[in-house]
Amino acid sequence: MALSGMRGLSVFISDIRNCQNKEQERLRVDKELGNIRTRFKNEKGLTPYEKKKYVWKMLYIYMLGYDVDFGHMEAVSLISAPKYPEKQVGYIVTSSLLNENHDFLRLAINTVRNDIIGRNETFQCLALTLVGNIGGREFAESLAPDVQKLLISSSCRPLVRKKAALCLLRLYRKNPDVVNVDGWSDRMAQLLDERDLGVLTSSMSLLVALVANNHEAYWSCLPKCVKALERLARNQDIPQEYTYYGIPSPWLQVKTMRALQYFPTIEDPNTRRSLFEVLQRILMGTDVVKNVNKNNASHAVLFEALALVMHLDAEKEMMSQCVALLGKFIAVREPNIRYLGLENMTRMLMVTDVQDIIKRHQAQIITSLKDPDISIRRRALDLLYGMCDVSNAKDIVEELLQYLSTADFAMREELSLKAAILAEKFAPDLSWYVDVILQLIDKAGDFVSDDIWFRVVQFVTNNEDLQPYAAVKAREYLDKPAIHETMVKVSAYILGEYSHLLARRPGCSPKEIFSIIHEKLPTVSTSTIPILLSTYAKILMHTQPSDPELQNQIWAIFRKYESCIDAEIQQRAVEYFALSSKGAALMDIMAEMPKFPERQSALIKKAEDTEADTAEQSALKLRAQQQTSNALVVTDQRPANGTPPVSELRLVKVPSMSNVDHSSADHGVTQENGTLTVVDPQPPEPSADLLSDLLGPLAIEGPPGSAVQSERNLVPGTEGVPNAEDALAIAPVGEQTNTVQPIGNIAERFQALGLKDSGVLYEDPYIQIGIKAEWRAHQGRLVLFLGNKNTSPLVSVQAVILPPSHLKMELSLVPDTIPPRAQVQCPLEVINLRPSRDVAVLDFSYQFGTHVNVKLRLPAVLNKFLQPVSVSAEEFFPQWRSLSGPPLKLQEVVRGVRPMSLAEMANLFNSFRLIVCPGLDPNANNLVASTTFYSESTRAMLCLIRIETDPADRTQLRMTVASGEPTLTFELKEFIKEQLVSIPTVSRGPAPPPPPPPPPTSAPAALSDPGAMLAGLLH
Amino acid sequence: MGIRFILMVNKQGQTRLAQYYEYLTIEERRALEGEIVRKCLARNEQQCSFVEHRNYKIVYRRYASLFFLVGVDNDENELAILEFIHLLVETMDRHFGNVCELDIMFHLEKAHFMLEEMVMNGCIVETSKSNILAPIQLMDKAS
Repeated sequence: MALSGMRGLSVFISDIRNCQNKEQERLRVDKELGNIRTRFKNEKGLTPYEKKKYVWKMLYIYMLGYDVDFGHMEAVSLISAPKYPEKQVGYIVTSSLLNENHDFLRLAINTVRNDIIGRNETFQCLALTLVGNIGGREFAESLAPDVQKLLISSSCRPLVRKKAALCLLRLYRKNPDVVNVDGWSDRMAQLLDERDLGVLTSSMSLLVALVANNHEAYWSCLPKCVKALERLARNQDIPQEYTYYGIPSPWLQVKTMRALQYFPTIEDPNTRRSLFEVLQRILMGTDVVKNVNKNNASHAVLFEALALVMHLDAEKEMMSQCVALLGKFIAVREPNIRYLGLENMTRMLMVTDVQDIIKRHQAQIITSLKDPDISIRRRALDLLYGMCDVSNAKDIVEELLQYLSTADFAMREELSLKAAILAEKFAPDLSWYVDVILQLIDKAGDFVSDDIWFRVVQFVTNNEDLQPYAAVKAREYLDKPAIHETMVKVSAYILGEYSHLLARRPGCSPKEIFSIIHEKLPTVSTSTIPILLSTYAKILMHTQPSDPELQNQIWAIFRKYESCIDAEIQQRAVEYFALSSKGAALMDIMAEMPKFPERQSALIKKAEDTEADTAEQSALKLRAQQQTSNALVVTDQRPANGTPPVSELRLVKVPSMSNVDHSSADHGVTQENGTLTVVDPQPPEPSADLLSDLLGPLAIEGPPGSAVQSERNLVPGTEGVPNAEDALAIAPVGEQTNTVQPIGNIAERFQALGLKDSGVLYEDPYIQIGIKAEWRAHQGRLVLFLGNKNTSPLVSVQAVILPPSHLKMELSLVPDTIPPRAQVQCPLEVINLRPSRDVAVLDFSYQFGTHVNVKLRLPAVLNKFLQPVSVSAEEFFPQWRSLSGPPLKLQEVVRGVRPMSLAEMANLFNSFRLIVCPGLDPNANNLVASTTFYSESTRAMLCLIRIETDPADRTQLRMTVASGEPTLTFELKEFIKEQLVSIPTVSRGPAPPPPPPPPPTSAPAALSDPGAMLAGLLH
Repeated sequence: MGIRFILMVNKQGQTRLAQYYEYLTIEERRALEGEIVRKCLARNEQQCSFVEHRNYKIVYRRYASLFFLVGVDNDENELAILEFIHLLVETMDRHFGNVCELDIMFHLEKAHFMLEEMVMNGCIVETSKSNILAPIQLMDKAS
């Protein structure tokens, strides 16, 4: 083996290699670093060769994981060396050691620029590569024109141009404005005619980035991509050097098909036909061959083609072929293909409506859940989760449960969460749901989060039919020799509440229940003991006639814990002891827990949060949102002002273990998202739940039972529970007689539809109203999907649009009856006449047993008539200056902004189709955005927005909005303000203090009538 | 963004080459490499070549004592990356002749030159072996 040209480097590497352990290695490295430092210090004696050698040593040491900051300067200085070998090392090592924010990099910017515009093409390549790898904004601004010139220059050789393409890609990512869309799109199209495949490969990567951001501007590139793909697929004019195992550059084929996936459709029929021919050939013509590399390469192309077909094939010409292929793949022996088959099936679920065909492969997918490879098991789990619906939930969830006992630890938490969610969403009956959750706790208690057992308690509490069943089950689990602590908690809780329902069964007398629970007490932690004490107190209360022996036993326990060091336990012990000696008062205070308000599952929220990471998973979430289900997930519904009907207030508290310190003197208010509540000590709480004392020092010194009724209508001082997320907090429930509860939060759905163009507008147990919208300039076309979820027809269906004055809306005929399980589509045409934030309302009603009427806001909101447009500094400033002041340019200081980083704000803006133009404002704390507004009166009108933030106080900012029309400026300003101030999801801020209680009869109506909610919102 | 990093690690878990296309601090690198190497080296021949780790997908391939690990985004074409690894190995093989771990170790700079010609900013620049090797051969001749 020939040694490297640099002997000293080779010796050092050998030394490191001979080190017996990490410690020796560290010593050797330290010695070398000392040496290098000394040599660098006396730089005079250093030859360029030596410098080069030391810099390589540094890179090697850095690779081993040691810090070499002291040498950055030396690496950077080599960039300026006159000779290629030194310069090259300088460039390569600098781009490995430094990042774009390093100050040293600035020192080199001039040399780099000179190398780029110089005539030495090897220097050009080095400089372009460095900028391509670590160039920052500063580089983008000063170098972009030069780099563009090189890329399109006809005198430049391909070896320079291919690097210029990727260099430009980097600069574009750092500052999108460096590529001027108008001028560049034609050039980009020309670049795609390139014969040299190296240049074409790089240019295709550049194109992917450009179209991903703005496909509209690059339509002209679409046919060129198809041509390039044809050339490759037919192997025309492909040099041997670019074929890989007989396949014309598979990487370029893949990249080209990736670029095509960013165009929403292909309108030109000829282009479309050509492309589909190629795709068809790839789909049909890819055979399994012996050579591994060839096989991989051809399947790389095949999988990309599948992705492209899924994206484009709205007519489903080739979709069944795709599913068939994937079905084949998930059953082959080759693990890579199996993995990819499962992964792509999951993707397919998201883009198209092929669930039924995929279900045919369920058995095979379940087999994959037991694959020896964790990567494949994960894919299978994701796919099963995605394909689960009412029809197969039982099978899938039971498989997941079975798998849980043998699953890797790494997967158990995810597995339990997913099983719990599916059980909840698709339960055919509630007892099955209870079974599943209890099994889950039994098999994987360590991985079952509190949310999961809180949720099952919530369901049991809210469903009387379920209570005896749950109690029996809980009792059964207690017989097992060793049970998980979470099981102790949940069974103790359920038995405390409902064991009296079992009293006649063998083994279920209060005494027996007590002793079997008490057996567990020595094994549990301090967080569980308070629950057990509550259970004892409840058992005692239910023991009628009283059993002095049991009473003495329990009192002895209370007394024992009166001096417990844990404040929570101590307090409960003291209070329960005092209460239980008061006789009659106990009955009221220890009464059964009231029903929980229907609210969105914390689990699903949690799953959504944890899944927000990757694009793939967020698509899953999207699907979950769109799914029609008979989900048990019901969101809380309340008046917009967050005030619950006070007459119904019951002060109760969750089985939360939080030790939040509440001052009992605090007179707070109920929380908007349904969390409550602590008892005000002064008028002693009437129907206080026994668990409410969890929250702190409350004097529940017994009020006489007679107080209960009379105090019902008082407005008790309450205060919010700060840890609202995980607590199964309880809000007051109105008596929802005769009304239908919507599923999901209507306001949240509306908010979500403000940002996307399809989704569910409204859902209740009988109907689901979906929406799909297309917007073009000032016009829109919405389709309402009215889906009857029942097995019997919905009658007297009526839909009336109440448009605000600025929208012209025309709804097509809505049928009077929707047949069972049918979906009716009703197109709705929208024309925007002038700028306004008013919102159209759909007044919808139907008859199913009762008459249901809802008023729903339609997402034909201001931002739908915006088209993002990004402006350059040259366009922006003259315009900004010409709109000099009110009424065309308005400024306002906005306070009470919900704090967010600038990046978050930019994202928020982008989501409303206001494009943030980075780099226009020299102040990094400011943000400049632009957009075009369309309406009949204004036509297309450019709007400019500037936000100045104060990094020291994120809750306020100054906003300036300008456009050529006063109303537009005002409306847009108000619109943006609403977005910045309000929290689009559920607000957690304290609501205003409750008004005097409305008459009890009207309260439930106000609560359940979305129309009433709207009254507060539409102004 | 495509390729986020390329690692070459031997059976003992020693890093022989590391090239990142996004900036990580030295501590982050050490932690990441440790986790990935532990995960990938524990896998056997019957398992697939893809491992999910944090937000990355690792596409890896083993050649004798040396593992090539490429970290990519979740939506990257896995098989294309897998064959890109092979192209890299074939290119090194053409240059060194029967390339082995020691070649890469003692000719770290050559390995870097080749990578520099093949990948830039996380994207593939060149896939023709003769184009990749041309600058290196020029240099060898000159010295």
